[in-house]
Amino acid sequence: METILLLAHVEADGSLALSAREALRAARAMNKAIAGSSLVVGLIGQSVQAAADSIAACPATRYFGVAGAEFGQSRYATDAAAAESLCKAAQATLVAAPATSRWNRVLPGVAQRLGGRVDCHVTGISDAGGKPAVSRWFYRQRMEATLTRAQRPWFLLIDPGSQTACDCGAGAAAVEMVPVQLAGGSRRTTVIGIREPKADAQTIRPDAALLFVTGAGWTKKQADGRMRVAEAEKLILDFLRLTRASLGSSKSLVDLGGEGQAVLPFLSHLNQIGQTGSTPRHAKGLSTCCHGEEPHTVGWRFIGERRAISLDPNCGWARGKADVLYVADAFAVISKVNELLADNF
Amino acid sequence: MSIAYQIVVCGGVVPDPLQTLEPVTAPAGPALKNEMMLPAVLDPWAGHALYEAANLARNAPGSKVWLVSLAPKAKLQQVMLTVAQKVPFELVALDGPASGFTEAAEVAAALAGAIQAIPGLDPSRLLVFGGWESASRGAGATMQMAGERLGIVDQFQGVDELKIVPDGSLEILERIEGGRHQVSRCAGPPALLGWATGSLPEPKNNPQVGMANMRAVMPALQKARPAQLGGEGLTFVSVTLPKQLRATQIVKDKSPGDIAKEIVEWIKK
Repeated sequence: METILLLAHVEADGSLALSAREALRAARAMNKAIAGSSLVVGLIGQSVQAAADSIAACPATRYFGVAGAEFGQSRYATDAAAAESLCKAAQATLVAAPATSRWNRVLPGVAQRLGGRVDCHVTGISDAGGKPAVSRWFYRQRMEATLTRAQRPWFLLIDPGSQTACDCGAGAAAVEMVPVQLAGGSRRTTVIGIREPKADAQTIRPDAALLFVTGAGWTKKQADGRMRVAEAEKLILDFLRLTRASLGSSKSLVDLGGEGQAVLPFLSHLNQIGQTGSTPRHAKGLSTCCHGEEPHTVGWRFIGERRAISLDPNCGWARGKADVLYVADAFAVISKVNELLADNF
Repeated sequence: MSIAYQIVVCGGVVPDPLQTLEPVTAPAGPALKNEMMLPAVLDPWAGHALYEAANLARNAPGSKVWLVSLAPKAKLQQVMLTVAQKVPFELVALDGPASGFTEAAEVAAALAGAIQAIPGLDPSRLLVFGGWESASRGAGATMQMAGERLGIVDQFQGVDELKIVPDGSLEILERIEGGRHQVSRCAGPPALLGWATGSLPEPKNNPQVGMANMRAVMPALQKARPAQLGGEGLTFVSVTLPKQLRATQIVKDKSPGDIAKEIVEWIKK
C-alpha cells in the first residue's frame, strides 16, 4: 500500500507557496488513482501550524511537522535531516514535493539516504496500471519520457507551473511534531542573505503572464547602418515596466554581455533561456529580434501562445514555432506598442 | 589563511547541442539514434564548474584539479582533445554509457567510488564541483547523491559565485526563484557545489596546457574502470519528441502601428 507524502517547506511569512499547492494537487491525484493509498502532509519551517491550517480541508489523514529556527533557513544539512525524519515518521513510499530551489538542492540527497530514487522536474503524473508513472524531459527539453520505478521511497519533484494548484480550504490541522536530532556539523553553513536585483532592473518574473524574449538583433546594426543599443535598452525596459512581463534572452545576447561589451547591461545569465538557460512557463510569449534553430528554441517550449517580431520571414526561431510572425522592425513596433500601453494607463 | 584545495570536478559528455536528436528503442532501453556517431562536447554546466575550479586552483597555490568523467572511452578521448587545452587537470576516467537515460543514482555511485579511490584525498581540503544538472539526463540529482555517498552535508546547487573569505570560509551565491541569489557562508571544505553558469568565460585553447594534460589523459583512459549502469527498477514507458511545428501565420504587410495595436490587444486578452 502506498503512503503518499506531500512534502513542503513553509515560506518566511508562514504561508505555503503556490508551488506547494500544485504539488499537493499532484499528490491528491495519485492518492485518487492508487487504490488503498493514503495521503499525508509533511511541513518544514520556522513554524508550520499556520501553513497546515491553510490546507486543513484537504483529504490528508495526518499532518507531520518539523519546526524551529534552524529549519527556517534553506540549508542542505538541516533540510536533509528534517526531510529524512518526516519521511521516516510518515513511512512514505511516494513523496511529492514542489521543485523549488530549496527542495531541488536537498531531496535527491534524502532519497539517497533512504535508499530510494528521485525524479526532479516532473511535469506530469499518470496512471500506469495502478502504478504511478511520471513524465519529464530529457536532453534539455528536447524529448519527453514517461517512466515508472520499482524502488521506494520515490521522490517526485513537481515543476512549478506544470500542475493546477489545489484549492483546499482552511481549517484546524492537528500537526504531529517530529523531533530531529541535528549532527554537530549541521550548522557549518549559514544563510547570510538574499541578493535581489535592483528594483528597476528586476526583469525575471516567474508569475508573469507574458515572457518577452530579446534576441541579438537588438544590438546589431540596424537598417540605417547604426547600432541603437541605448534606444533598444529604453524600449525593452519601458515595455517591461508597462506590461510587467518577464524578460528572457537568447544565449548569444547574454554571452555578449558576459564578454563585457556594452550591450543591454540589464541582461545576465539568469535571463538566458534555451539550451543552456531556463525553459520558463508563461501563458504567452513575444520574441523580438531572435534567430536560430533548435536547440535555442527550446527556451519557449513551455510557452502557450507565441508571437514573434522579426525582419526575416523564414526565421527558424519563429516559423513553425510561433503562432504569429510579424515581419517588421521590432524597434518601430515596440515603440508603438509602448505608446499604446502608456495611453491606457 | 590559504588552503591548498583538492578540487574534484564531475563532468560527463553530451551530444553537441546543434545535433538533431531522435530517440530510439535499444535492447537495454531508450537511446539516441546513431548515438555513438554524434559529436560530443563536455557537458556545458560541468564545463563551467571545471573553469571555476581551475580559476580557484590558480589563486590558491598548491591546489589541484581532477576531472572525473563517465563516458565511453572513445567519446571521452574525442572530447579531451579539446577540453584538455583549456585548463590544467588530471583525468579520472570511467568507461560507461553517457546516455541521458542512465539512472542518476547509479551514476552517482560510480562517481563517488571513483572520487574515493583518488589517492591522498583530504576531506579538510576537498571541494567537489559539478554542473547542477546535465544537458542529457537533466536529473539535477546526481551531484547530491554523490555528495551523500561521500558524507558531504554542505551542498549548494545553482552556484554562480564562490568567494574565499580571508578566514578560510566559503561565501557562495546560489540561484533561487525570481532571478535572486541566496548568499551562504560555509565554514570550509568539505563542500559540494553544483554550478550554474558561474561568471567565467570559456578559456582560450592553450596548446602547452593541452600537451601537459594529454600526457596523463591517455594512460587514464587506458585504465578507465568499467561502470555498470543497469537501470535497476527503472522502466521507460515511452520516449517521444514533442510536436515541433505550429501553423505560423505570417503577417507581412501591416504597418508598425497596426501590428502594435494587434499585439496590445493580444497581450490584454
